[in-house]
Amino acid sequence: MTAYLVRRVGTGIVTLLLVTMITFGLMSAAPGGPAVIVSMTTTASQRAALTAEYGLNQPVPVRYVLWLEHAVTGNLGTSFDYSEPVTSVLGQRFPNTALLAFTALALSVIIGIPLGIAAARRRGSLLDALITGFSTVGLSIPDFWLGTLFIILFAVTLRWLPVSGMTTVGAPVTAGNLLEHLAMPASVLCLAVLPNIVRFTRSSMATVLDLDYIRTAHAKGLAPARVLFRHALKNALIPVVSTIGLLVPALLGGSVIVESVFAWPGMGRLAVQAATDRDYPMVMGVTIVAGVIVICTNLVVDLLYAVLDPRIQYG
Amino acid sequence: MARVMTDPAGMAAVEVEPSRPGLGRMVRRYPLAAAAAVLLILLHVLVFGLPLVYHASPTLANPLATLAPPSAGHLLGTDELGRDELARLIYGGRVSLLVGLFAMAVSVVVGTLAGAVSGFFRGATELVVMRIVDAVMAIPAFFLILVEVSVFGNAPAIIILVVGLTYWPAVARIVHAEVLKWRQRDFVEAGHALGAGPSRLLFRHVLPQATPSILSVAILSVGWSILTESGLSYLGLGIQPPLASWGAMLQNAQTYIFADPALAVFPGLLIFLTILSYNFLGNGIADSMSHRG
Repeated sequence: MTAYLVRRVGTGIVTLLLVTMITFGLMSAAPGGPAVIVSMTTTASQRAALTAEYGLNQPVPVRYVLWLEHAVTGNLGTSFDYSEPVTSVLGQRFPNTALLAFTALALSVIIGIPLGIAAARRRGSLLDALITGFSTVGLSIPDFWLGTLFIILFAVTLRWLPVSGMTTVGAPVTAGNLLEHLAMPASVLCLAVLPNIVRFTRSSMATVLDLDYIRTAHAKGLAPARVLFRHALKNALIPVVSTIGLLVPALLGGSVIVESVFAWPGMGRLAVQAATDRDYPMVMGVTIVAGVIVICTNLVVDLLYAVLDPRIQYG
Repeated sequence: MARVMTDPAGMAAVEVEPSRPGLGRMVRRYPLAAAAAVLLILLHVLVFGLPLVYHASPTLANPLATLAPPSAGHLLGTDELGRDELARLIYGGRVSLLVGLFAMAVSVVVGTLAGAVSGFFRGATELVVMRIVDAVMAIPAFFLILVEVSVFGNAPAIIILVVGLTYWPAVARIVHAEVLKWRQRDFVEAGHALGAGPSRLLFRHVLPQATPSILSVAILSVGWSILTESGLSYLGLGIQPPLASWGAMLQNAQTYIFADPALAVFPGLLIFLTILSYNFLGNGIADSMSHRG
């Protein structure tokens, strides 16, 4: 187990280094170099000064090592747009994305797992066909379109919910007000991951229900509900834990669109704005933080999996 | 002579897949996938063929007839500049569908090569390629694309490359798993014993076994690419006007959401139907494979 832990953390670190190399490599490939982008009206001497200030006259590998040295101490550079450290802007935005993503994940677990179980119990039935069919439909709906339709229905036509933002400007911040603003973005983001949870729960539950010990439990004369919830559910849910790790990239990626549709002040919207303005340190910072989140959650999920499932031997 | 020599290996490969069910049986067994295939053909015919009979211009603005309701001259009405909405949907569809197909080609070629070579030769190649696959998959797709678009701009060719190069790791993983599964089989060893070199073994013996998996993931990747491109266009970072894809039309429509909600409904509906069809078709092919040995 210790050996597994060490190896797993090791691969995590290698993956993380590769993420930073890919991002840094892409940034360095910018035509004309980042110095031009800071301001188009700079003179040649100003540009030379900027180049020296940002260390852009060094070769790419040297700059990468320098950048990495800063990055491990939590310094991801200064945003061109905000003239503030990237980490402090990210620090303000991250909790908002976390709130949105976590609400969406919680919703999709609460809705998705029962649906998956229901479909697995009656495989081949009309209910199963409906649930699996709807999950493909859910996977195919563009989230920006669904968001727009929600705005048309709930904000424009019915006037139940605010169109966008996180709180009403000028009004005191209350939990109710925040919830009103959270309702539409969280539901749209939830629908982006819900189909995966439904499908995975269904296939995992279906596999377990076919196992001998379930037949034994039925043969003993136990009530079907008891077999399902006490015997099957525990084993069926263990693999589902690992999908939740796989859904984190989808949630973060989805937040880019959903936050833009609903003007939610999170990391995703920050990334779009930074990409539009070519705020290189910011685009890079957001991407690397997203990579760190994905790699760390996958690590936690894998370790959790090892703890939850004692059948698996780790050499 | 060489042909005869490799024949036993070829026969063994045929043995794995004994019968090919006819079209009629496939349609009955996978009705949704069949319906999706029909809808896709219809969509492509409409998008590429309708301008032959419907002559309205997608770019001709008419300031006297902005946001007009459907009429005989404009079957789906006009947009905020008085341009014909149906014509814009058709030409926008060309952009969306073509980007999807080209991006799929990029991801399938790169992913298949990476997955096949790493699965077949294993060792250091496998270690390096699979770590890169992990790293690319760890970056949420949209963030990676935003980095690339901010650096390289949004010319159509770049959008295609960027979208395609985001999906290749998923293709590589699937092909890698397939190659690992097939490379140990007897018919590969037979080919090897008959003197076939590694590239012949990989591309003529092992990889053809993975064709159905590659086909299924290729079809799913068309849908994914169209979705991603339209998302990017919706954010204003995709292919730029006057080449408006469905996503860009949707972004435009959001400004006029109070005045004319219909403008936001049509492009989204077409994106949705296209992706839904690609997903049902791709899943149908994946299902039909799971019954195979």
